[in-house]
Amino acid sequence: MTARTVRTATATATAAVVLLSAAACSAPGDGDGPGGGTDTLTVGVAQEPETLSPLLGYGKEGNSKIFDGLLAHDAKMHLKPALATGLPKVSEDGRTYTFDLRKGVTFSDGKPFTAKDVVYTYETILDKKTNNASKGELDALDSVRAEGEHRVVFHLKYPYAPFAERTVLPIASQAVASKTDVNTGSYNTRPVGTGPYILTGWRKGEKLTFKANPHYWGGKPKIKRFTVAVIEDDDVRATRLRSGDLDGAILPPNLAKAYKNDSGKRTFSAKTADYRAVTLPTDNPVTGDKAVRRALDLAVDREAIVKSVLNGAGKPAYGPLPTDSRWFAKGTERPHDLARAKKILDDAGWKPGKDGIRHKDGRRASFTLWYFSGDKLRQDHALAYASDAKKAGIDIKVQAGSREVIRPKLKHDAMLMGNGFPADPDFDLYPTLHSSQIGDGWNNLAYYHDKTVDEQLDTARRSRDEKVRKAAYDKAQRALEKNPGYTFLTHIDHVYVIDDKWQGLTTQVEPHDHGIGAGPWWNVQDWQPKK
Amino acid sequence: MNRPGIRPVGRLVGRRLLAAVPVLAAVTFGVFAVAAASPFDPVQQYAGSAGLTASQETLDQLRRNLHVDGPFWERWWDWLTSALTGDLGDSTALRQPVAQVIGERLGWSVLLCAAGFALAVLAGTVLGVAAARRKGGLLDRAVTSLSYTLEAAPPFWIGLLGIWLFAVQFHLLPAGGLTDSGTDTVTAGGLLRHLALPALVLGISQLPWFLLYVRQGVGDALEEDAVRGARARGLAERTVLLGHALRSGLLPVLTLIGSRIPELITGALLVETVFSWPGIASATVEAATATDFPLLAALTTLATVAVLAGNLLADLLYGLADPRVALEEM
Repeated sequence: MTARTVRTATATATAAVVLLSAAACSAPGDGDGPGGGTDTLTVGVAQEPETLSPLLGYGKEGNSKIFDGLLAHDAKMHLKPALATGLPKVSEDGRTYTFDLRKGVTFSDGKPFTAKDVVYTYETILDKKTNNASKGELDALDSVRAEGEHRVVFHLKYPYAPFAERTVLPIASQAVASKTDVNTGSYNTRPVGTGPYILTGWRKGEKLTFKANPHYWGGKPKIKRFTVAVIEDDDVRATRLRSGDLDGAILPPNLAKAYKNDSGKRTFSAKTADYRAVTLPTDNPVTGDKAVRRALDLAVDREAIVKSVLNGAGKPAYGPLPTDSRWFAKGTERPHDLARAKKILDDAGWKPGKDGIRHKDGRRASFTLWYFSGDKLRQDHALAYASDAKKAGIDIKVQAGSREVIRPKLKHDAMLMGNGFPADPDFDLYPTLHSSQIGDGWNNLAYYHDKTVDEQLDTARRSRDEKVRKAAYDKAQRALEKNPGYTFLTHIDHVYVIDDKWQGLTTQVEPHDHGIGAGPWWNVQDWQPKK
Repeated sequence: MNRPGIRPVGRLVGRRLLAAVPVLAAVTFGVFAVAAASPFDPVQQYAGSAGLTASQETLDQLRRNLHVDGPFWERWWDWLTSALTGDLGDSTALRQPVAQVIGERLGWSVLLCAAGFALAVLAGTVLGVAAARRKGGLLDRAVTSLSYTLEAAPPFWIGLLGIWLFAVQFHLLPAGGLTDSGTDTVTAGGLLRHLALPALVLGISQLPWFLLYVRQGVGDALEEDAVRGARARGLAERTVLLGHALRSGLLPVLTLIGSRIPELITGALLVETVFSWPGIASATVEAATATDFPLLAALTTLATVAVLAGNLLADLLYGLADPRVALEEM
């Protein structure tokens, strides 16, 4: 036998073993191929969840598919009961919330859902040993206890009007989750919930697959198989939508344009609370000057940014609240007015120098604006902003960096930030504008401090009277207009393209983070095929 | 033919295994040092977008919980000692035990790399021999210039081109994933269809090196006295080419197989990302950007082992193929 025959034989054997073992790894499933039918749906998203456990933050804004919250949001973002039988009863002092729970609901493993699961979920999230980065959202919660099998009572540290909005948070199964390590255990990848869908597979980096829960308390969904393919690259995602591999996908506006005249596809432009803004730090003598802040607020051409940077998929922002929100203070829209911006600077003593950049008391009107490297959208916003500012005589140096590089500089430098929670104004306004949040993690990055804003935000979060809240948020937004410590630029639409095979599709007002729970498939369990 | 016995092979393997111990220790130490020196903060990477709204108190608590507050050598020592007892720790980025991450993904990566590599070696050899046979001929000029072009083309670019061509234009092959998006079942046929494009791209990105090496080796061998002697004896051209020229021309290629392993792993990293292939390489990207110490260390160890094993394999094959080489001297 020659060396060559040995080599050939080895290679053949190896190849055979590899192929056989690969075939043996086959995942369980029903075995039906990709159907062109209306009872399966395959969508492409850009980001994969890090975990599927609600205890570590999965689905905290609702629409988790696998789970239900006590409450849920409808298409108009109003609260409706889910695992609770109705909206909570709130005590007179606003610190006790009582929920009655739905009876006869079971988890997908057949075990009944009870008040113990609710208590377990909330207590585990608040546990110091649980690595849940969003536990601060439950800051108001002091304790939660079960009263019998079907009632839970939440007790708050302080009166907090938007608390009910937090209870869309998914409820985990105590029986299953408590037997595993909450931070790294199998509940992160093989969750058990009460929701309309049951996870059948998750190959990380590739896709998540779900099947309809036949025993769902809300009725068995018409879409029997739901697949979420994870495709990070926009171009690849568009290509796979084009090739028919996907039924729907999130796409950047410029790639979605190609489907505008495609009769087999529908394009959804979801309105969002997802804003981009520039922080203007109080401690920087240039950006802390109210005249400079107001001038920048007028000098920036928001319409032009929407048109050029967002391809029209968005709208100008004048604060964290979108202009079509019912909480938005009408009349605080500011037109682009370069002449007035210049006049404000002139009056405040900022005089143009030889290079066109203004000076005051020997100080140049110049500062640095950071954005996260690799974020093309923020980069484009930053460059457009800097170019508008230059026309008013303010010099902005745009620089890229990682979170770790940028954060220590933000007491002095500006940053192009993004955020947005649609459920309640408090979720955006308080962490961004209240002085108690200054320098706390990534909150209030402008080190913004305005007495009126502070007072009104406190009033608004405590009162449960909608009129009082509306009036307080109005006042806060008008105070922000007078002292714009951030330049709010745009609210960004999220664009989705999907096969035109189902009826009654809608989109919610979406948050900044838009994963599986966003898009037209936020309520895939309710979809009906077209006749 | 005088082939080396089993004992020198065993001794060579033993020597290499001993040498691997300090190498692996040094490499993992280096990974912990580099990750600690990198500007990425494990806590921020762990928290993801939630970290941008988290309070400082939450972030500090996370830092303690994730055990990333001590100096890096302490973390390395903790990792090493528990790894030696078989506990590879938990991946912070993927929220699951490291052993599970590797177990779920390694098979798919090995399959992809093996298929791509086999394709590169086979096609490289065939085309290389064909090109060397008529140096300066049409085929030679075509494949050589194509090789230089491909050497310059990054694998992800070839990948996108492949998707565009085979998935969008011709609808021949699926554009990514392990199975069709609508199904979970991995069947042999479905797997082959899904494997074809990524393996082809990976193979093509590795092909030029083998092709050019074989072409050079066989071309040189055709000039050697032995080949001239064979021709003078009137042996058939086929025997001369495959029996004599290819035999000695392949020797440098065996070395190349070992040294291409690191490139193969890098190529797989890009190809897996483009094709959403659920392998180990895409986990490496995640582990690196998230400064996920336990996963990063385990994957680096794995890659180091692959490279060392590749070198060993190349040396063994060389010893088998060329009796003039003594394994004792390696």
